[in-house]
Amino acid sequence: MGGANRRVARAGFSILAVAVVFVLLWEGYKLIWTAMGWENPVRPDDRTMPHTWDIFLTLFQPAQRNGPPFILVELRAALMTLREAFVGFLIGGAVGFGLGVLFVRSTMAERAFMPYVVASQTVPIIAIAPMVVVWGGRANLPQWLSVSLIAAYLTFFPVAINTLRGLRSPHPTSMELMRSYASTPREVLWKLQVPAAMPYIFTALKVSAAASVIGAIVGELPAGLRGGLGRDLLQFSQQFTAAPEKLFAAVLIAGLAGIAFVGLITALEHRWIGANRRLAG
Amino acid sequence: MSAPVVEARGIGKVFGTGDAETEALRGIDLEIAGGDFVSLIGPSGCGKSTLLRLIGDLVSPTSGTLVVNGKEPGQARLDRDYGIVFQSATLLDWRSVQKNVELPLEIMGFPDAERPTRAREMLDLVQLGGFADHHPWQLSGGMQQRVAIARALAFRPALLLMDEPFGALDEMTREAMQQEVLRVWGETGTSVVFVTHSIPEAVFLSTRVVVMSARPGQISDEIVVDLPPKRDLDTREAPRYFELVIEVREALRHGESGSRES
Repeated sequence: MGGANRRVARAGFSILAVAVVFVLLWEGYKLIWTAMGWENPVRPDDRTMPHTWDIFLTLFQPAQRNGPPFILVELRAALMTLREAFVGFLIGGAVGFGLGVLFVRSTMAERAFMPYVVASQTVPIIAIAPMVVVWGGRANLPQWLSVSLIAAYLTFFPVAINTLRGLRSPHPTSMELMRSYASTPREVLWKLQVPAAMPYIFTALKVSAAASVIGAIVGELPAGLRGGLGRDLLQFSQQFTAAPEKLFAAVLIAGLAGIAFVGLITALEHRWIGANRRLAG
Repeated sequence: MSAPVVEARGIGKVFGTGDAETEALRGIDLEIAGGDFVSLIGPSGCGKSTLLRLIGDLVSPTSGTLVVNGKEPGQARLDRDYGIVFQSATLLDWRSVQKNVELPLEIMGFPDAERPTRAREMLDLVQLGGFADHHPWQLSGGMQQRVAIARALAFRPALLLMDEPFGALDEMTREAMQQEVLRVWGETGTSVVFVTHSIPEAVFLSTRVVVMSARPGQISDEIVVDLPPKRDLDTREAPRYFELVIEVREALRHGESGSRES
């Protein structure tokens, strides 16, 4: 436990250090570019690049006149978006894992379906999202579930690709060993291939966790879903010229939501690795 | 001499088709009696590992008949009549040493209560009793290979197949492992088929050395090792041991005449 605490403390320190450096760079840029009268690549005025402390203070000012502070409103929004993202992550993760298992079992299925799986990811999410919302509406799905399905669409791909790679990762002699035991394909899968694939799957889950948050945010727009981050981000970007610090503050919250989700997966990964094999390095 | 555990008659094996066709084995006749320790030795490409894999039904022969433990090789594999040890230990990193030894027992449906007892028994046999809870990556190469041997013997197969098991170990560890394998062989009575490219190793371990030649793989000679059954450091210095080493070397040269010696 002591080691884990120290690791968290160390991670916290380095995150803070990077934040401080980033603030110094941001403010330093503003200072120098203003003094020199430079305007490229980005104008240093407060409309384009608000002061970091203004962004920070925005968090604690009321979002609406006499309403609760911005940070509370946006954290609540982030929580809703995270919930949609999480459901989408679970659906997409399960579909991705299933596809990986299917493809490792059947080369024919891989040859037939893999091109479509790859093609699915070249279709922009902003084209897919309205379709899912319309279809979901016809099927009487709750709106949030349509949003989750859009998040799942971004999630399944990395999981499928990495699961397949991981399931193929055991050395041929390990496969021969399992054959020498006259083991069934199911035993080979669960006793050899899946455990061997876990590091690959965790890597995919981290990518997918971040992608599912993006999917949920983008999905909320055509769904017209209120109360999540998507609607607010759209609104703040439209108000950018009047109150730019609101968009930056909301982006900060969205980033924190993504980090929290990825952090959760990383914690699970450490638990699994700690229990099962040496840490890398 | 008990009933043969391996009987091969006119075995041939061809890999690939058309232009890519390679004849790996031709006209292999081999009989291994129960309790024998037989080494297959020969230059690389002589098909000695292929022959081992044929016995284990990991590949199928193109021609000839092969009987393992009185049955078709496929049936012998399904009946778990043999255990196998490869050049790399192929232990599962995410399992403890004991759980690695239990792997075949789990697959073969041994009762939950019996598995740990039996695994510990096998680990004691290879003198790794104190390492049951370690993970494979915490062990040296020689210790990992001992775990692999314990795993291969955990379900008490009639036959142990070993494919250059000590090829990746240093000389000192290798000699210790040879002693170890002889002790285990003496205690279990398992028949052993042992693939190696080391002449001293083959002579030291075996009751019989089968010499093979390459392109296509054939058996060129068989040498009965008439050293006393109890073998130790003195064996390695005995005149008869050296005579046999030379005999095997000559057989290899003879088999390879015109081709390079390995």
